Amino acid sequence: MPVEIAAPKIEVRPSAPPRVPSKSKVSVRDLNFFYGRTQALHDISLEIPERIVMAFIGPSGCGKSTFLRTLNRMNDVIPGTRVAGEVSIDGHDIYAPGTDVVELRRRVGMVFQKSNPFPKSIFDNVAYGLRINKITSSSSELADRVEQALKDAALWNEVKDRLKTSALSLSGGQQQRLCIARALAIRPEVLLMDEPASALDPIATSKIEELIFDLKEQYTIVIVTHNMQQAARVSDTTAFFLLGKLIEVNATEKMFTAPNEKLTEDYITGRFG
Amino acid sequence: MDIHRHLDDELSSLRDRVLLLGGEAEQALERAMYALTERDSDVARQVLDHDDQVDQLEVEIDRQCIDIIALRQPAARDLRFVISVAKMAPVLERIADHACNIARAAIDLNNEPELKPVLDLSRMAEHALKMLRESLDAFTSNDAIAAREVIKSDTEINDLYNHTFHRLIELMVTEPATATRDARLLFVAKHLERIGDYVTDICELTVYMAEAAFIKHINL
Repeated sequence: MPVEIAAPKIEVRPSAPPRVPSKSKVSVRDLNFFYGRTQALHDISLEIPERIVMAFIGPSGCGKSTFLRTLNRMNDVIPGTRVAGEVSIDGHDIYAPGTDVVELRRRVGMVFQKSNPFPKSIFDNVAYGLRINKITSSSSELADRVEQALKDAALWNEVKDRLKTSALSLSGGQQQRLCIARALAIRPEVLLMDEPASALDPIATSKIEELIFDLKEQYTIVIVTHNMQQAARVSDTTAFFLLGKLIEVNATEKMFTAPNEKLTEDYITGRFG
Repeated sequence: MDIHRHLDDELSSLRDRVLLLGGEAEQALERAMYALTERDSDVARQVLDHDDQVDQLEVEIDRQCIDIIALRQPAARDLRFVISVAKMAPVLERIADHACNIARAAIDLNNEPELKPVLDLSRMAEHALKMLRESLDAFTSNDAIAAREVIKSDTEINDLYNHTFHRLIELMVTEPATATRDARLLFVAKHLERIGDYVTDICELTVYMAEAAFIKHINL
C-alpha cells in the first residue's frame, strides 16, 4: 500500500490579513512644525481613515502630542510656533486662510491627559459647549443632548441622579469620562485624546478603553499614549514617532507582532537607545 | 534599562532551556536507536527512566513562557520568540516520547531472536537526528533559510519510511514467523517518520519567529 507523502510546506504568506481601507478622514501632507527655531516635526505625511482608532506612540519628546495638536490647531495658542504643510479634514485644508478655528475645534474635539472639568455642575459641564455654540434651541433639547453625551461616555448611569452636583466631586476616572462627554456633546467628527488614561487606575483606564472601543463606531479617534499595551488594546492602526519623524504606520496587530522598521521593533521591544 | 536587561535575561534563559530540551530529545532518540541496534535493554531502560525529567523540563518552559507573557508583555520579535518556544517545547517533548516508544520496542525485540539488518531504520534514525540537530541550529541562529532546508529534507525520511514499510510487509508475507517482530519494527519506522514531521513543525516555528511568516499547512 503506497503511503501518501505530504509536500514540503515552504510558501510564505503575509502575517497580517489585508485590511480594507476606509475613506480618509484626515490627510496630512509634508507637515513641518517649529517651536521658534526648533523644528519639532519633520515632513509628516499620514492618512487617518474614518471611524477607526489610530494610536500615536513614541518616546517623550518625539512630537506625537505636538502632531496631535496640529490636527485641530491647538498649537496656534502657543506663541512663536509655525506650521508648514497641509492638514486636511474631509479634503479641506484646516490651515487655509479664513478657516473658522472655533468651528474646526467643534468638529475636532480634544480630551487631555489631566481631566479638566469646569467648577460647575455635571450638567453644566456637558452643556457648556452646546450653550456657547448655541447648538440647542430649547432646554429640553439641551437636556436630551447632555443625557446622550453622558450615555455615550458611559457615565450616565453613575451620575443621572446627581446632575446638579459639582463635577469636582466625581472620581478621577469619572471626571475624565465627563470631559469625554463634554467633547462628545457637540458631536465632533474627530476626537483627539492626549494620554487620556495616564493618570487613572486600571479600572478607570479599562472603562476609558472600552469607551474608546465603542466610540469608534461613530467617531474617528486619535489617541496619544505612552502605554504600548493600551495602544495594542484600543487601536486599529498605530503610528510610531521618533525625533519628530513618523517612522512607521501600520495595522496595530502587525505593528506589535512584526513591525516593518527596525527602529519600531527596537522601541516596542524596549531596546531603544 | 534594567527592565529590558531582565527581559533579555529571561529570554536568554528560555532559549537555553528549550535548547536543553532539544538536546534531551536528541539524546533520547540516539540512545533508543543504540538500544535497538546494539540490543542493549539497559540503555533502553535508561531512556525510559529519564523521560520524567524531559517532561518536567517541558512544564518548566511552559510556565516560563506564561510568566514572560504575563509579566513582561513581550512584543514583536520577543513575542514571536516566546510563542515559538511555547509551541516548540511540547513538540520536543513529543519527540522524546517517540524515542521512549522506540526504547520500549527495543526491550521487546531484544527478548527475541535478532532479525537480519535488512532495513533502513538506522538510516532513518540518522536522518531524523540530522534534521533535529539542524532544526535546533536554525532556531538558535534565527535562520529561516536553514529551517526551510530542513523542512525540504523531510521527504527523504518519508521515502525511507515508504521503503521500510513495503519491505516489512514483504517480510511478513514471506516469513510469517517473524511477523510480530516485523510489526514492532514497523512501529519503530513510524515513530521515526513522525519525528521527521515534528522536526518540520519546529522549523515552521523558526520561520515564524524569524520572519513572522506562517507556513503551516501551505503546500507548494
